[in-house]
Amino acid sequence: MSDKQIIVEGITKRFGALPVVEGVGFDVRDGEFVAIVGPSGCGKSTLLNIIAGFERPDRGTVTIDGVRRTGPSRNGIMISQHGSVFPWLTVQENLMFGLRGTSQADNTELADRYIAMVGLAGFETAYPHELSGGMLKRVELARALVVKPEILYMDEPFSALDALMSLRMQNELRRILDEERHTVLLITHDVEEAIFLADRVLVLSPRPTAIQATFHVDLPHPRKLSSPQAQSLREAILKELGL
Amino acid sequence: MDGKLARIVPPVLVIALLIALWWFIVARSDSPIFPTPWQVVTGAWELVEDGTLAQHIGASVFRVAIGFGLAFLVAIPLGLWMGWVSSAYYTLNPLFQMLRPISPIAWIPVAILWFGVGNMSPIFLIFISSVFPMIVQTTVGVRTIDRRYLRAAANFGVSRSVLFRRVVFPAVLPEIIVGMRIGIGVAWLVVVAAEMIALNSGLGYLIMDSRNAGNRYDLVIASMIIIGVIGLLLDGATRLLERQKTVKWRYVR
Repeated sequence: MSDKQIIVEGITKRFGALPVVEGVGFDVRDGEFVAIVGPSGCGKSTLLNIIAGFERPDRGTVTIDGVRRTGPSRNGIMISQHGSVFPWLTVQENLMFGLRGTSQADNTELADRYIAMVGLAGFETAYPHELSGGMLKRVELARALVVKPEILYMDEPFSALDALMSLRMQNELRRILDEERHTVLLITHDVEEAIFLADRVLVLSPRPTAIQATFHVDLPHPRKLSSPQAQSLREAILKELGL
Repeated sequence: MDGKLARIVPPVLVIALLIALWWFIVARSDSPIFPTPWQVVTGAWELVEDGTLAQHIGASVFRVAIGFGLAFLVAIPLGLWMGWVSSAYYTLNPLFQMLRPISPIAWIPVAILWFGVGNMSPIFLIFISSVFPMIVQTTVGVRTIDRRYLRAAANFGVSRSVLFRRVVFPAVLPEIIVGMRIGIGVAWLVVVAAEMIALNSGLGYLIMDSRNAGNRYDLVIASMIIIGVIGLLLDGATRLLERQKTVKWRYVR
């Protein structure tokens, strides 16, 4: 097996007569962070849903760890814009939802460790409607991480937050990724977020979407967006997006 | 004024005012039949003392408990099934949508024909009246579960039983409680109507009997007030369910 953990080949998808994704193919290495940017409505989310196994492509294949993808798997957890933290479970119960250990005590301990990791210690027994938007995102992130997935699929995860909280969550995510190694596929419309977080940025074209350009971000973490390299990269990506 | 007082004092004042108005009008008009509030109280007290009031209340509440309980046992599993399995929904929903708007009162002749004039008739009528709103509410609840929750459950690869216990059922529970509130409300309406026609016990019977046995309108009014108070208590009891922490998310915001 190669070091390519995700292999996407020739993905094509139409909704009725409307072509949405047109022949997208790329590879992601184990532990790599790939950001996908593109104009809104270009089919980014559809592409990610196909890769994560929630939707079927009309043509093309997705191979994860050498196995053809046919449906969703706990090996790769999706974190989406609107969130899917179960409102009827406490923070702790949400984290324990996906755990398979048979020992309740072990599961609780593991859940509490991840709750602390995302900075929510003390909120274990809180219900989601008692939390703020930023805290909910942390719960969602912790719930994904606690099952130790190899891959995180993130679909504009922080775009529903205010600008300050969004920046804070980006820092938080980067810190966690330094502690735990995950492969990440991030969909975003925020070019700076992509540059701050990712090893590689794919720029998608308008619908039907295809990969228009690829940028490597060879900057050490923690990155400064004000650095000249980051700024020129930002301009190059924005130019691809027609700005 | 603090919040609790603000919610108790105005409604009590309105009711007190209405009673005062009622008293005033009856006293002025010198009606030989229509009672004053005080006559209602003394009339009701007679029934309390000889124990018949408790019997009538007990009979009505018993019928509602059995009829509503049976409806609950049928409606919740059926509603969950119809909500989850599309073919079940498309097969049964038109039938239930057709039966639902038929007033339970229209079933009274049928009930008497099938079950006679004993306890079974009103229990059947209560069942018929409360089962459909609960089925419909539960079905709609399942069918409108936010897809992102089902997706998340699929993502974590949980078993069908966990999916049902931890996601589908808790997601629908608030709708089920709303269905119960509607169901118990209709059940209480129907038991009184059914007892007026076919039985010799219960609050509905008490109303008709009081009128027929010498125009005892003090007892008619007393029964009506008791029916109202019990209805309020039943609704209050189901409202308590809405305060549960696991369903609160649906009602806040």
